Amino acid sequence: MSGSRTAEIVKEASMLKQKTMIAANYDLLAGAQATGRRVVSTFVPGNLNELIMCFDMVNNLPEINAIQNGMRKKSGPLIQEAEKRGHSEDVCAYVKADLGMIARGNIGPDGRALPPPDLLLLSYTGCFTFMKWFELLRQHYKCETAMLHVPYEGEGHATKAMIAYVVKQLREEVIPKLERASGTKFDIDRLRENLRESARAEEDFVWVLESAKHRPSPIDAYFGGVYYIGPIFTAFRGTADATDYYRLLRSEIAQRIEAGAGPITPDGKAHPERYRLVVEGPPSWPSFHEFWKMFYDEGAVVVASTYTKVGGLYDLGFRHDPDRPLESLAEYCLGCYTNRNLPSRIDLIEQYMADYQADGLLINSIKSCNSFSAGQLLMLREIERRTGKPAAFIETDLVDPRYFSPANVRNRLESYLQMIEQKRGAIAAAAA
Amino acid sequence: MAASADIIDRCQHIFDDLHFRAARDWKAAVPGRFVVGYMPFYVPRELIHAAGGLPLGVLGGGDQLEVIHGDAYYQSYICRIPRSTLELAVTGRLDFVDAMLFPSTCDVIRNLSGMWKILFPKVRARYFDVPQNFSDHIGGTFYIHELTELRALLAELAAHAVTDDAIRASIALYNENRRLVRAVYALRARMPWQAPAAEVYLLMRAGMVLAVEEHNRMLDAYLEAAAAEKRPMRDNSRVVVTGAFCEQPPLNLIKSIELAGCYIVDDDFLLVNRWEKSDVPAEGDPIAALAGAYLHNSVNMAAKYEPDEERKGLHLVEAVRRTDAEGVIFACPSFCDPALLDRPMLQTVLARHNIPYIAFKYAENSGQMQPIREQAGTFADSIKLWSEP
Ligand code: SF4
Ligand code: SF4
Repeated sequence: MSGSRTAEIVKEASMLKQKTMIAANYDLLAGAQATGRRVVSTFVPGNLNELIMCFDMVNNLPEINAIQNGMRKKSGPLIQEAEKRGHSEDVCAYVKADLGMIARGNIGPDGRALPPPDLLLLSYTGCFTFMKWFELLRQHYKCETAMLHVPYEGEGHATKAMIAYVVKQLREEVIPKLERASGTKFDIDRLRENLRESARAEEDFVWVLESAKHRPSPIDAYFGGVYYIGPIFTAFRGTADATDYYRLLRSEIAQRIEAGAGPITPDGKAHPERYRLVVEGPPSWPSFHEFWKMFYDEGAVVVASTYTKVGGLYDLGFRHDPDRPLESLAEYCLGCYTNRNLPSRIDLIEQYMADYQADGLLINSIKSCNSFSAGQLLMLREIERRTGKPAAFIETDLVDPRYFSPANVRNRLESYLQMIEQKRGAIAAAAA
Repeated sequence: MAASADIIDRCQHIFDDLHFRAARDWKAAVPGRFVVGYMPFYVPRELIHAAGGLPLGVLGGGDQLEVIHGDAYYQSYICRIPRSTLELAVTGRLDFVDAMLFPSTCDVIRNLSGMWKILFPKVRARYFDVPQNFSDHIGGTFYIHELTELRALLAELAAHAVTDDAIRASIALYNENRRLVRAVYALRARMPWQAPAAEVYLLMRAGMVLAVEEHNRMLDAYLEAAAAEKRPMRDNSRVVVTGAFCEQPPLNLIKSIELAGCYIVDDDFLLVNRWEKSDVPAEGDPIAALAGAYLHNSVNMAAKYEPDEERKGLHLVEAVRRTDAEGVIFACPSFCDPALLDRPMLQTVLARHNIPYIAFKYAENSGQMQPIREQAGTFADSIKLWSEP
């Protein structure tokens, strides 16, 4: 979830640390064949990093490769490559960016070849496309695949039967395959230790997210937030590095709060906070900085976002629990944002609007992603109805640059911010 | 004996009726009856029937429904079935439906289950999950739990318990339905000129609305009539149509494929009526029987995980062999992630087996059939060319 540009611009120690961590993981991947380290490919939502670490496997996350390629503006040709090879223009662009990259020699975002996976760990949380994506990769790599079916919280909560189902799959399907692929025996105490480490980082991570309740907010919980989720959503949750990262980040943000400062932007300047927004939906990666600039130029700060919850809703209290290791992993997978039913998602946004004193909701609707997007227009109406605050709708794509129209997005955003202004004026007039 | 044309007339009437009068009449006939709508691809209709309810297949609005409200809920890049289904509901056409089931087909249907809860709070809306793990003690245990929860919901709607005996009796009736459906499919595969695809489709669509007892009689009558009538045989190519398991193709599209010179000898239009490949045991624990049938004896399709890479796509090759087909037409709804993501994998397998294919997309309200007719016509011709010695 981290790009290359920001660390060049912003010299905060946490950013540099994250950059080093990511580079180190790409080093491990690039050297895997030489060192004999086994590689597992898996997804971000509901990932089992603590478990994977028990087997000393290197974690390759195709979504992150797609994001990194997107931010480096490399994803467009990769998507077209996949389309040339018969993949429909209608389907998720993450999948096509990955397949296009593989078709062109599997050169990773950092310019080095990525190793073929020894295991595809198909943790099927919150999105049906994941299953097709890894079936496609399996057809290409012919490697072992472990499916972890995580049931959807259709009734708004996880049931005991769901947890038991996931735990059984972990025990009888996932762990044996990880053992086989890695040649390492499973050690539950090691898992407990990793989970304990995760929980430490999770505390600080939640503190970071909730710092946006301050006025002005010291963070941007969407554009900045995608950097903050980096370690905890990916290959680092459960490592001491992640714990250190969040401690460092927390201390930097604490200083900003003390100084009454707002978020740091790629321009390095603080922009006075004029609008506090909640954002639903993933960002558009190829135009990430351009998109962000449209916000901070206007003093619009995102105080809470749902995208930063796709890898877990820690702010609702979930913590990985070393005393119930497998159950805790199951609950984690079940509780990720897009695995929650639509009414729960709307309730969450409503809660964010209140807790973070937001002026409105902005939905960035992503062409690629039915998991997020189907139902967002109802969300918009519901939030407007329940909160009386204005909501707006922007349409872009994750990594397909063909679907980001800067002029349209800017127009929408500007008229939306004007709408918020008018609403404020009306409220002030009524109070006078 | 009824003529097949009379039977198909009735089916056409049911198909055209977007107010579902046949289902409304069924409900009104006896106090206490209830109707449970379901979306593609699969729900255990036996359970609904055993509770005394009518399972009603809700398959979108087709090409006759003007969608006004539904479009306000969906972006342009989302397929059409959820918007036309919402249109049906918002305009009161589903106001007699007491509960709606949304199977785990894709993210769109999944999210629609939550939208239904918000928009129609008086209707019991439930996401119906099925396992992607096919071991009895893992996926099976989970699925038995899902079925038990569904059984409890149905008992609430019925205001009485749903007994094992009732479920067993319903399983037997649906076994009969599946046998008859398979017989119609087999007749078409054998003599496609005797049972044209559009007729077969209408006949199967009627089964989405009628009570199973009545549909069984209808299928029986059609089989008898179709076998007795002599219709002209054309020099058509034989194709399997795949990818259309959710949003339904317009009837005209099905007709166009045949008019273009392709006999459809197998398809995946309405999988729910032949989901289980053979009879579900009607003895013993009926919930375990339904779960076992799902895990070990159900068809393959894009929304179902294939655990064995070696078997991926072979169901399609087998369908081609079984029906003596000469090619495959991928007809997928626009913006349909499951069907469109599955398509290249299936195409790879077909290519490996030297089975020709073509592909196009449709929407349930596609009006322009000319390009499809041309594509299917060229395909039919090229199949004939390839097959010449
Ligand atoms: S559909 Fe959405 S959640 Fe699924 S892989 Fe694509 S971007 Fe990710
Ligand atoms: S047509 Fe495809 S994408 Fe649309 S609801 Fe059906 S399965 Fe989902």
